[in-house]
Amino acid sequence: MDIVGVLVLLLVCVFTAADGWRGLSSASSPRVCVVGGGPAGFYTAQQLLKARQDALVDIYERLPVPFGLVRFGVAPDHPEVKNVINTFTQTAHHERCSFHGNVNVGRDVSVEELRQAYHAVVLSNGAEANRPMGIPGENLSGVFAAKDFVGWYNGIPANKELCPDLSCETAVILGQGNVALDVARILLSPLDMLKATDITQHALNALAGSGVRRVLIVGRRGPLQIACTIKELRELGNLPNTRPELLLGDLEGIEETLKDLPRPRKRLTELLLKAVNGGDNKAEKSWSFRFCRSPVEVLAGADGKRAAGIRLALNKLEGSGENVRAVPTDQLEDVNCGLIISSIGYKSILIDPAVPFDPRRSVVPNDMGRVQDAPGLYCSGWVKRGPTGVIATTMNDSFDTAHVILQDMESGLLDLSIKKPGAQAISGLLQTRGVRTVLFSEWEKINAEEERRGKPHGKPREKLLDVEEMLQIAWSSRIMDILTFLVLLLVCVFTAADGVRTVLFSEWEKINAEEERRGKPHGKPREKLLDVEEMLQIGWS
Amino acid sequence: MSSSLVRVLLHRAAVARVTLAPHQTLRKTSALSRCGSVLHRQIRGINTFTLPLRTEEKVTINFVNRDGKKISVTALTGNSILDVVVDQNLDFDGFGACEGTLACSTCHVILEEDVYKKLGSISDEEMDMLDLAYGLTDTSRLGCQVCLRKDLEGMLLRVPETVADARVDSQQESST
Ligand SMILES: Cc1cc2nc3c(=O)[nH]c(=O)nc-3n(C[C@H](O)[C@H](O)[C@H](O)COP(=O)(O)OP(=O)(O)OC[C@H]3O[C@@H](n4cnc5c(N)ncnc54)[C@H](O)[C@@H]3O)c2cc1C
Ligand code: FES
Repeated sequence: MDIVGVLVLLLVCVFTAADGWRGLSSASSPRVCVVGGGPAGFYTAQQLLKARQDALVDIYERLPVPFGLVRFGVAPDHPEVKNVINTFTQTAHHERCSFHGNVNVGRDVSVEELRQAYHAVVLSNGAEANRPMGIPGENLSGVFAAKDFVGWYNGIPANKELCPDLSCETAVILGQGNVALDVARILLSPLDMLKATDITQHALNALAGSGVRRVLIVGRRGPLQIACTIKELRELGNLPNTRPELLLGDLEGIEETLKDLPRPRKRLTELLLKAVNGGDNKAEKSWSFRFCRSPVEVLAGADGKRAAGIRLALNKLEGSGENVRAVPTDQLEDVNCGLIISSIGYKSILIDPAVPFDPRRSVVPNDMGRVQDAPGLYCSGWVKRGPTGVIATTMNDSFDTAHVILQDMESGLLDLSIKKPGAQAISGLLQTRGVRTVLFSEWEKINAEEERRGKPHGKPREKLLDVEEMLQIAWSSRIMDILTFLVLLLVCVFTAADGVRTVLFSEWEKINAEEERRGKPHGKPREKLLDVEEMLQIGWS
Repeated sequence: MSSSLVRVLLHRAAVARVTLAPHQTLRKTSALSRCGSVLHRQIRGINTFTLPLRTEEKVTINFVNRDGKKISVTALTGNSILDVVVDQNLDFDGFGACEGTLACSTCHVILEEDVYKKLGSISDEEMDMLDLAYGLTDTSRLGCQVCLRKDLEGMLLRVPETVADARVDSQQESST
């Protein structure tokens, strides 16, 4: 009995630790894996799980922490945008979903291996590189890609050493999209507006000593083409102690075009016009848009190493509306500045040479989410559509991809009669390669630790910046589990060795029967046994 | 000893796998909702009849979902449309992603003109988010910002398609 008990215990422990055992029970279920644990990955998984009661979905994520750009992109002063994490967490807790962090697809496991193990593979790996400006001086110190700058204040492990020098007065941001406005807002916000957010402490410290007073946001095209959304522009306009410094000339003649514009563009332009005339003259800081200008060269300072300015070419606009093109003229303009942040776009990278890739558009070529010439391979999110659009856009296009997968399951294009091993096979592979995954429950330990560290500072969390430390925390109590188990095992063994053996109730019943048997000839209900040794002998007989 | 430990571990394993359909979210952040419905609910929970402020009444509202199906529900005044969708578990994919904090536009609903007018003015912030909604119309509202009132009895709300139409999409293209 004891041996059996220990064996059962062992099995249960192994299953609990493996946490993927539910997969074993349903052999013919459609198995889908998603590469990337950002919004696209989670929304695709959510839709698949909901629409098919038999589908099993595994999410593989490169980092030990989930949520992609919701954690690493969305500005710290936009906590409400991050509420989507609650829904993602529910998806991760779904009994037919499992999350495997710390798995770099393309390096730790190939897409082909995933395709062997699953009926369908969805690429949702986002857009993780930045578009270079391609101009001389781009690599001087003081020049940053917005992606890295954002990563620095949002805690991307790879960007923790960025240490931007914020001692200069003027910063130039190239690009006029939402990311550009996020960066401008972070540079200009009073510290009070940031210190209770999940911004990294090192960024907060650097911003506390920042000398930046003036931020120029430069765009290739005109005021009618700025790419940000109105919410972001309004926030910039509402910053305390900061005034807009727009040039009236830039907006000349625009008022007349207003009536023909679609409502979103019209409202955005009206707000821009309002900003020209508004603003508090006593404000110490300012922001401004510079239109129709393209970067030509980053100008070095006297030491030849640090950026001291940027040369811009003035553009003229051809065409009309959203399709206007910027054509450079030979007119140039130099702007003095010590900080240059290029925010001209993210781009996807090829994670595995076996995956079709369109290097020009930096996306996976696809038809409604079906990857070209690769049956069973799908894509969603930024890697499918390009790095534009808000989370809601990503959500809709992920739902679309899920619907296409469901269609292909129905139509037989995906052959579900073939049994696929799913996570079981991949876990095996990863183990032989020495890759240990971070399960969602383990991410929750990291999460708890981050929240704990944020608390004394009134922050929702203090993000961990070091992958090694994340892993240590994630796996910490797994070691504890094993230790506890070992201790218990030892107790079992010692108990057995000490010769203490228990009498179970069923064994007492044997004693009971014997007592009743012995009483019967004397007309007694029982003849009680008086000797413990004898009781034991009968009990264990 | 070993068997009770087994039981504990089995129980733990079971607890770790509590099932929830992914669309059945536990959103209860309506504290932020304009309508203050959570407050109402709490008040009700404490004491129903000694409070003179008990203003809730039942209204019936009708949704037309993305498949064109009509769904009628009874809800209490003081709730937002988003509260109703969450509380009644109405299955509109992706509805209310930001949980009523004016940060997503996924709670977009289209009203009938007279109801739209009856509701009165709309905040700039709501308009800003609406501008990002797919299939924006002149009678569009964000469901998390519309509070139920008695005079909205019988109102009809259309939950619009989310399929990207080319025009809106090209506008979205630029937003990053
Ligand atoms: C700076 C910034 C701010 C933004 N702010 C907002 C905002 O305020 N509101 C809003 O609605 N939208 C915002 N967005 C847009 C929003 O973040 C995107 O729409 C959305 O995150 C795209 O989702 P995705 O899943 O395609 O990509 P991502 O979010 O990038 O997710 C991709 C995931 O894949 C993982 N991955 C990559 N390579 C691999 C690999 N080889 N193996 C395994 N996993 C891999 C990554 O680690 C990541 O977790 C912002 C975007 C940026 C860049
Ligand atoms: S739920 Fe996000 S704006 Fe209404």
